[in-house]
Amino acid sequence: MTGQVLQNLIPIAVVAALMVTIVQAGHQPLWAEAYRRLRRNRLALAAICVIALFGTIAVLDSIGWQNGRNEPRLTIIDRVFQKPAERTYSAPLAGVTAGEQRPHKLVVKHLLGTDAVGEDVLYLTLKGCRTAFLLGGLTSLIVTPLALLFGMTAGYFGRRLDDAIQYLYTVLDSVPSILLLIAMMLVLGRGIVQMCIALGVTSWVGLCRLSRGETLKHRDRGYVLAARALGASHSRILVRHILPNLMPIVIISVTLGISNLILSEAILSYLQLGVQPGVGSWGNMIDAARLELAREPIIWWNLASASSALFILVLAFNVLGDALRDAIDPRLRSS
Amino acid sequence: MLRYIIRRLLYAVPILLGVTLVTFLLFYAASSPEQMARRNLSAKNPSKAQISAWLVQHGYDKPLSQQFTRHMSELLLLRFGKSDATGEPIWARLRTGVGPSSLVAALVFFGSVIVSVTLALLVAYFRGTYLDAWGVFICVLLMSITYIVYIIGSQFVLGRLLKYLPMAGYEHGIGAVKFALLPMAVGIISSLGGDVRFYRTVVLEEMNQDYVRTARAKGVSEQAVLFRHVLKNALIPILTKTILSLPFIMMGSILLESFFGIPGLGTMTVDAINSQDFSVVRAMAFLGTILYILGSVLTDICYALVDPRVRLE
Repeated sequence: MTGQVLQNLIPIAVVAALMVTIVQAGHQPLWAEAYRRLRRNRLALAAICVIALFGTIAVLDSIGWQNGRNEPRLTIIDRVFQKPAERTYSAPLAGVTAGEQRPHKLVVKHLLGTDAVGEDVLYLTLKGCRTAFLLGGLTSLIVTPLALLFGMTAGYFGRRLDDAIQYLYTVLDSVPSILLLIAMMLVLGRGIVQMCIALGVTSWVGLCRLSRGETLKHRDRGYVLAARALGASHSRILVRHILPNLMPIVIISVTLGISNLILSEAILSYLQLGVQPGVGSWGNMIDAARLELAREPIIWWNLASASSALFILVLAFNVLGDALRDAIDPRLRSS
Repeated sequence: MLRYIIRRLLYAVPILLGVTLVTFLLFYAASSPEQMARRNLSAKNPSKAQISAWLVQHGYDKPLSQQFTRHMSELLLLRFGKSDATGEPIWARLRTGVGPSSLVAALVFFGSVIVSVTLALLVAYFRGTYLDAWGVFICVLLMSITYIVYIIGSQFVLGRLLKYLPMAGYEHGIGAVKFALLPMAVGIISSLGGDVRFYRTVVLEEMNQDYVRTARAKGVSEQAVLFRHVLKNALIPILTKTILSLPFIMMGSILLESFFGIPGLGTMTVDAINSQDFSVVRAMAFLGTILYILGSVLTDICYALVDPRVRLE
């Protein structure tokens, strides 16, 4: 019972923590200014709305309960959108199944049609949100602190430590990332957590290199010297003085990184290394739909809805990342 | 120059050692050989004897230290041994696969450099206009589509609806080009968004430099400024990106090849993944690394050739 409650509390706690952080950051002048600029950017506002919408679906899909003792745990999305299964494919809003010699009548209408085993495509697409956010969010959550720790210590202390850390990430970076990803997934096996770890190992290098370079730039600045003269310890200087100066660039690169993580999922699914079948995922839907275009009649709705959902979310993250860059640091402006 | 190249290649040795160590840790330490044997043996529930026979056959029964030295020395001497799944020597498969792979990779490489640099110059030339704004926005759109959808979409539109190109397959000799065109189109389009945006930033950065103003003040035409002055100076970042992308194009065609049925290294890797053939994946990862390191050495040399300010000492 407590496990059930805990399972529902985690997504709520994550969202609450995120909200509090965003609001708290708004009290600082730098971020308040950035928010003001963001608010004037209509495209960015649209992107935030899209991400919030997808995020809400993901959270609703994480909160669920059992009806009885031996019943499966159904999430809110399951309860609202799951429809009785049909026999096989059916076109959006069609009354009968498609691709059968003798079309059967459908039980209910399906807004986006059904797939090979008769599952509602809209429902499957919504289920994919949670996986996408888990991959993007969890991986960033694992990667960012590690990359910052390595990058900042390397940049700050220099010498041997710097050499060692640089060696470590050059080695990892030298293996083409797709092959490293494939190798890790082969070894770890399929699953969301495994995929997060694999994506984390392949994606921390960029951020680590970035934070090392930035720390190197800040290390000899006046404010760091002043802090040291006042007797601040190394860890205090790193965390209280240098880290806040790195935050803008880190947040931009994490936002843009999330879109790459979500895109990688589709590639891994094509290689049969994605999340397990049964867990909703756009990559698996695209992979399942890829042979269906060759059929007669063409089954397009399956592929179209999964790839548009993926496209819209990734686009939103890309737009938000660019807007953040423009808002936080005018020097880095893309135009 | 030669001394620089040699020194640069010597730097690569510890990195190669590191990569072999990583692959060892990944394939030997992180997954037990019993698991590998279980996955590789076709029987659903292999007996103990079958598993141990497989282990002996592939040399996974020896103590870990012995396997480690064997693994390190074999990879470093480029002796990849035999495939775990089919028993074929890996080198033989590499040799047959390298031709088709290089054809596709070369087409994608040159095609995408030419197309994206041209487009970037065009967008930069019309900077500040609607064309520029829309160009950048379209780049972001292109960046947001996954590789798989590009492949499926272009195969569907060009191969099935318009019937311009064969949908998949391969043929050795001159006919190969016909089959490589569709993968080439996909390879170019998929990297177009990010590349054009990056090159545009690079070109615009150069355009704000003083020498551009001087050239304009002398009365040099805008086109001449763009092509003679700006492009030359923008070459360094462009070179870095293109040459470093070379191994990724090689490896990125993993998906292209298997999708379009081109019998290259990519298809080989995908087959290896599907049959859990660790020795092939290991060999490919190592080869990819060598390509990457060679690419980065090549970049440094190209710097010196392009930019007289860079000295390699």
